[in-house]
Amino acid sequence: MESQTLRNARQFIAALPHAQALAMDLVELGSGFATVTMPWDARLVGDPATGVLHGGAVSALMDTASGAAVMCHPAAPMSTATLGLRVDYMRPATTGQPITARAVCHHVTRNVAFVRVTATDADETRPVAMGTGTFTLDRPAP
Amino acid sequence: MIGAAHEPVKSVKSRRDQALAALVAGVPYIQFLGIRFDRRGDEITALLPFDDKLIGNPMIPALHGGVTAAFMEVSAIIELAWSSQWLDMEAGVSQPMRLPKTIDFNVDYLRAGLARDAYARAVVTRSGRRFASVQVQAWQDNRAKPFAMASAHFLMPEKADAQD
Repeated sequence: MESQTLRNARQFIAALPHAQALAMDLVELGSGFATVTMPWDARLVGDPATGVLHGGAVSALMDTASGAAVMCHPAAPMSTATLGLRVDYMRPATTGQPITARAVCHHVTRNVAFVRVTATDADETRPVAMGTGTFTLDRPAP
Repeated sequence: MIGAAHEPVKSVKSRRDQALAALVAGVPYIQFLGIRFDRRGDEITALLPFDDKLIGNPMIPALHGGVTAAFMEVSAIIELAWSSQWLDMEAGVSQPMRLPKTIDFNVDYLRAGLARDAYARAVVTRSGRRFASVQVQAWQDNRAKPFAMASAHFLMPEKADAQD
């Protein structure tokens, strides 16, 4: 059963023009975590010799998942923006497979949210990339 | 003769422009984002013309943080490939260049990327046989006020003639 929150959040992501351009889809949303997928697409290839997706496209997916995780943290932020994002690329993503980014907003302070995010292809035991991000947190007025 | 002082300027320019175009044309993702490169001698500036599909937050509207990261990563990779093939290119040795692979990428977002064109310049701070470090600054209207900065490490492609 699909919750109202997931439906709303999914619509929110679908409304982000760049998320739409990369065909990102929010597949799971919980308290402070979000899972977003993106299909393999020939236009997003970074290395034509191998068909491997460009790291930048994977970063964009990880950034989107991270922002979504912050937005659904119980602190209920009004909005968020990326302060810093560091991504380690561990291996090339397998050509033709969708990428899934799982982000967890594991800590928030008054103004800042901290996120860990992992990107995998079909082989979920070996991440393609891992990242950590810091995000601004605009809390609702008390 | 290639690279000589008396080589006609036209031939110098077309050789360099072709080498840069070949480097950029090979990457579908660069075309997808619409990134272009402006060259002055060996200095290159990456250009990201604004497009609606680059927007993250339609309310502001601001560039998607992932677009900013991707734009800077592209400019770092092209600068690195370009500067490492420069000597060969000037000597008239044209070798298809394998692109460096990103090991890690770290972006500081300094201010929101606005709905206008963006520019980036990358500087190779260390260029070794296997590893390289690159720093990137991206700005929009005001060069002195970058909206994002990045630093990254890359794994260099193995040269075809490296093994004896």
